Amino acid sequence: MPLLEIRNLAVEFQTHRGPFRAVDGVDLTLEPGELLGVVGESGSGKSVTMLAVMGLIAWPGKVTADVMRFDGIDLMSLSDSDRRKIVGKDIAMIFQEPMTSLNPSFSVGYQIMETLAVHEGGSRRERRRRTIELLEQVGIPAAASRLDSFPHQLSGGMCQRVMIAMAIACNPKLLIADEPTTALDVTIQAQILDLLVSLSRERNMAMVLITHDMGVVAETAQRVMVMYASQQVEEQPAERLFEQPRHPYTAALLEALPERALEKRLNTIPGVVPGIADRPSGCVFNPRCNFAQERCRIEQPLLEPKLGARVRCHFPIRGDVS
Amino acid sequence: MLRFVLTRVGLVIPTFLGIILLTFILIRLVPGDPVQVRVGERGITEERRLALLHEMGLDRPLHVQFFDYVGGVLQGDLGISIITKKPVMVEFLTLFPATLELAFFAILFAASIGLPLGVIAAVRRGSAFDHTVMGLSLTGYSMPIFWWGLLLILLFSVDLGWTPVAKRLSDDYFVDQVTGFMLIDTLLSDDPMNEGSFLDALHHLILPTVVLGTVPLAVIARMTRSAMLEVLGEDYIRTARAKGLGSIRVVAVHALRNALVPVVTVIGLQVGTLMGGAILTETVFSWPGIGKWLVESIGRRDYPALQGGVLVIAALVMTVNLAVDLLYGLLNPRIRHRR
Ligand SMILES: Nc1ncnc2c1ncn2[C@@H]1O[C@H](COP(=O)(O)OP(=O)(O)OP(=O)(O)O)[C@@H](O)[C@H]1O
Ligand SMILES: [Mg+2]
Repeated sequence: MPLLEIRNLAVEFQTHRGPFRAVDGVDLTLEPGELLGVVGESGSGKSVTMLAVMGLIAWPGKVTADVMRFDGIDLMSLSDSDRRKIVGKDIAMIFQEPMTSLNPSFSVGYQIMETLAVHEGGSRRERRRRTIELLEQVGIPAAASRLDSFPHQLSGGMCQRVMIAMAIACNPKLLIADEPTTALDVTIQAQILDLLVSLSRERNMAMVLITHDMGVVAETAQRVMVMYASQQVEEQPAERLFEQPRHPYTAALLEALPERALEKRLNTIPGVVPGIADRPSGCVFNPRCNFAQERCRIEQPLLEPKLGARVRCHFPIRGDVS
Repeated sequence: MLRFVLTRVGLVIPTFLGIILLTFILIRLVPGDPVQVRVGERGITEERRLALLHEMGLDRPLHVQFFDYVGGVLQGDLGISIITKKPVMVEFLTLFPATLELAFFAILFAASIGLPLGVIAAVRRGSAFDHTVMGLSLTGYSMPIFWWGLLLILLFSVDLGWTPVAKRLSDDYFVDQVTGFMLIDTLLSDDPMNEGSFLDALHHLILPTVVLGTVPLAVIARMTRSAMLEVLGEDYIRTARAKGLGSIRVVAVHALRNALVPVVTVIGLQVGTLMGGAILTETVFSWPGIGKWLVESIGRRDYPALQGGVLVIAALVMTVNLAVDLLYGLLNPRIRHRR
């Protein structure tokens, strides 16, 4: 049984210009222990997709899906209080800005112990002991003395470690990491990433790693999902995706990687991601696509298995392009 | 922190000098002097009037009177009331508990209603409830206290007969002033004649509390709402939800704890406004506190009483404001832990 199964997920927000689909047609299957990378430009809907899984899309945002099942439980029909028994316990999430993601008014120890108290109960002493243990596991030196620290007394990297400790406190089956290193120093980024990957391996904990960075995906992910303008445009096992991208957008993303640039000049994709108001008809990528044809401007492609990948394109790339 | 306190205290001295000068001049700009006001229409010989003024030391040149007064203040002596012949400080301390009791309940009333209203309005932002609360609070904020007090008296005391019209206690009771706080004194009194006086005192507190608490209530509700709105959009609120906490816990613990910092500041800064409001409220309800005393002192041209009363109140307001700033530091860990 897959750990997470999503069919045709859509999230719609009300804006003053009318309804806007921030996520449109995401299909996703995640096996236990699997590490999925989610990439795409800013605003493509990566965060919103995962917030929908967490049940964190606030009214008046609207989440719809044909199927959204976690560990056999139907998330769509779950009551709020039942969902809260899973969220924070079996599915946990960490965010991009560790400094502001922790409550400035409470000590880090309190914030971790609170998670334990809500989901596992147990005695105060026991929770304290567990918290110290967790802080040690995420590599915080002198863990016991850090319990009473406030977030502003810690560095960004330390705060993210605290967030990770909080997220793994109840041994989740799935950890969603939303650009966990973007706000950190380059040297710290690698450490945090290593920590996440090793935690995922040790605990057989599935992980969704949202990132802009194709390099990070190449190093860590087993499977990759590419998003563009609210849509999932491609999904493949990581190795194959880097070898043979099928969607022209993925191909362009890979060509933009510095180590792949054929000439000295860095390749960038011409044009910009369409905004809320100017989604094109047909394929959302057609205005920027080098291979766009008449059909691409008229007919919206479906996400379908083609050439061994799942790709949303009328004319997926066949040969070797890099 | 020490530096902060010192700077604030340094500002206090010029402020005080300003207040002393201002009250000294303003009260003397009011036409008439204590003697004229007291004799009223009856009239008095010019000779006798001058003799009385001389007795009070009011025939001396103004600057002499002023420096005499300032000299006294510096030694902690606020002078003697012209009318009662008692030291101003003693008068003040006798009457102050009545004002304090009223102000305390007004703030309690305002906070215990304003905080929840503001929180709910923020959580249900844009709802009918939110619009109603904000509309009412705007009305409350601009409510003229005098008019509002009379309106409530007309409705609840005159028409419905639910609440007393004036004073702190019915005339049937004679409660000795021990602490000056009527609710405490009525409880302390073991005279069987005073049975039920506690409830009577409470009964007398209701309308004045509502009248004096209305403006702070409106301010607190608005401030709580805007502070909560800001906090509810913060990343750590999303984290709290992602932890699987119930929405009540998210709002009441994670959000409110952070929103409270600006709200407490505002409550503290209301103390000045509250003193102004107390003067009007006490006058409307014949509440025997500082406010009523000050108004009467103006009427009697009791220069020392007025000067001293205003000065002590100013000192209190400034002390509270300073305390609020310090409390702000205590509530906010980012300031508390700065070295
Ligand atoms: N609560 C909301 N109301 C309205 N629009 C929203 C809301 N949350 C997100 N959006 C919009 O949804 C789109 C997708 O946002 P999302 O945060 O998922 O992008 P992202 O792929 O995570 O980008 P980034 O890489 O910058 O984090 C954006 O255009 C964003 O403006
Ligand atoms: Mg994002």
